[in-house]
Amino acid sequence: MNRRSFLTTTAATAVAATAGLPLRAAEPMKVGFIYVGPVGDMGWSFQHDQARQAAEKALGGKVKTTYMESVPEGPDAERALTQLALQGNQLIFATSFGYMDAVVNVAKKFPKVKFEHATGYKRADNLGTYDARFYEGRAIQGYLAGKMTKSNKIGYIGSFPIPECVQGINSAFVAARKVNPDVEIKVVWAYTWFDPAKEADAAAALIAEGCDVIMQHTDSTAPQAKAQEAGNVYTFGQASDMSAFAPKPRIGSTIDNWTPYYTKRFTDAVEGKWASDATWGGIASGMVEIGEITSAVPDDVKAGALELKDKIAKGYHPFTGPLNKQDGSVWLKDGETPDDGVIAGMNFYVEGIKAELPK
Amino acid sequence: MIRLIRRPTPSKFWSWTTPILAVVATMIAGGLLFALLGKPPVEAIRTIFWEPLFGDNADYFRGQLLVKAGPLILIASGLAVGFRAGIWNIGAEGQYIMGAICGAGLALAVYPAESPWLFPAMVIAGAIGGFLWGMIPALLKVWFGTNEILVSLMLVYVAQNLLAYMAFGPMKNPQGMGFPGSRNLQQYPSAFNEELIPGTGAHWGVLAALVAVIAIYVLMQRHIMGFRIRVAGEAPRAARFAGVVPARLVVFCLGLSGALAGLAGMFEVSGPSGQITDGFNAGYGFTAIIVAFLGRLHPVGILLAGLLMALTYIGGDMAQMMLNLPSAAIQVFQGMLLFFLLGFDLLTNYRVRLGGARA
Repeated sequence: MNRRSFLTTTAATAVAATAGLPLRAAEPMKVGFIYVGPVGDMGWSFQHDQARQAAEKALGGKVKTTYMESVPEGPDAERALTQLALQGNQLIFATSFGYMDAVVNVAKKFPKVKFEHATGYKRADNLGTYDARFYEGRAIQGYLAGKMTKSNKIGYIGSFPIPECVQGINSAFVAARKVNPDVEIKVVWAYTWFDPAKEADAAAALIAEGCDVIMQHTDSTAPQAKAQEAGNVYTFGQASDMSAFAPKPRIGSTIDNWTPYYTKRFTDAVEGKWASDATWGGIASGMVEIGEITSAVPDDVKAGALELKDKIAKGYHPFTGPLNKQDGSVWLKDGETPDDGVIAGMNFYVEGIKAELPK
Repeated sequence: MIRLIRRPTPSKFWSWTTPILAVVATMIAGGLLFALLGKPPVEAIRTIFWEPLFGDNADYFRGQLLVKAGPLILIASGLAVGFRAGIWNIGAEGQYIMGAICGAGLALAVYPAESPWLFPAMVIAGAIGGFLWGMIPALLKVWFGTNEILVSLMLVYVAQNLLAYMAFGPMKNPQGMGFPGSRNLQQYPSAFNEELIPGTGAHWGVLAALVAVIAIYVLMQRHIMGFRIRVAGEAPRAARFAGVVPARLVVFCLGLSGALAGLAGMFEVSGPSGQITDGFNAGYGFTAIIVAFLGRLHPVGILLAGLLMALTYIGGDMAQMMLNLPSAAIQVFQGMLLFFLLGFDLLTNYRVRLGGARA
């Protein structure tokens, strides 16, 4: 193609585009995703990827999605996001907290592209955030843990001491204490989202300390395998159902169901109705689901857990006063519930947790 | 039968041909790998090697190539000097980390003071950090005859732990909501290693890499030190007679390569990365060893090898996105490059004879 014919074709394309002529039969809108782990992590990234596929299917050819997996949080994330934007993706999802600065930078450079950042708190006109109230699921895990533990020691594998994890620890502990006043919680920080070796070590350490129920805020099934080895330890599926480990050690799970949300956001974008906002869904909206509670759990305990789930779905807040902070000061008075801002920035333990929160 | 006959001197022809052969072999074996994964092999290879240079949006990716190649070239050109003298610094990764910690540490210590002297001071601090970390194996070797390969490699792990400690402890961003990692230096104008010309990807580190290539070329070809280094590597006994002091050579080589690796780390943390984080070191120090050998330990060769290596990173990302190749396949692909290079190096030092031994 010589330069002149190139120019004329470009001009023709431009004219056709402005005139709104369907040059090519309505091309699907491109949507991109970056994941912090491999899509096969069977936890966090796996759930996002399942939802991506389901939402793409639901839109029936109106969108075309691509993804990049195992994108480290840092400069590589910025390049990956830029790459997605340059490739013509109109809507881009960054699905890990640590992508925050990268997605803010790239959103600034591409004002016409829409971005969504999972679990973040920085927004712009073309950058929305979305998150799930995982702590609601943790309350049910806490209830089960409090009932099922014999050693009265619950272990918690934390990823990073950020509000999202602190919410989970507090929520689980509050619910467990309600049904078992002697229960204690031990926390190990893995400082990773996905690292089977580290997660297995953390689980082994907790089991060695006498914990017989283990919750995890990391994405692999390594802790489940460790618990299975130990034999008398219960666990919960994290992010995905992890039902391969049912009925024991896995006795329940908190499932992140992003499909309705992605489907809605895809549709909004296709119809030109997308606007930046902060979504925070829970059990009521179906973003947080409770996986099957297995036969390893006595019937009355299972019924109690499901009752709690219904209560939460109907508006009961897992953090309902009276609740004190770890230092003994009053956090919530009788019947009081915190506002979302306090939950989103939660940086303290509730009374009764003996561990120290890394600052 | 195949027989190998040692060449009296390494073949000049093969020494420059093997890198090209290795690249071609990697393309073929990589293509096979991709085909086995059910991806179009030619398309994948084309995406990796062509797309970032001449594809759509190449303007952006060429810049990113410099961002990736800069630190690789800077580190590798320092390493090559030592390798020529038979002094094996395997711990550039550690020196890279220490340079970043020292450079960023200085900036974080004086935050938020603005001064035009801050950045130059950080450059010096970064170089000193890497230099001192390189001095540990150097002095241990000189004084106690320890093996610099082991000591420098082990010090990488020490540096990594120090990095994690910094990211979770003293250097943690007080406004980071508990997430590990320092303040982002990109948001600190005096410390930000910005692109010199916007959009080109070229920051001070890329310029430094070019200067290093030229300086080391001059050093090796025109300076008495370069002569000593070459003699020491090729004929250690002759070097003794020529008045080369081995101790001085060890200190010089490890100090120089340490300082250059430290500089690379400092330019990275103040620029593309912006933050001291647990996973800040992305393996540049180890990849640089491949680059040094791929470039035949020659500054100009290293320049080209660094760009080629960067191409496999950027192109690999693109292949992942456009063809849904798993990220692990790209890493295998990069590993093959070194594997084939070392394999074909046989041809440099040996003649291959086909047929049985003649009586």
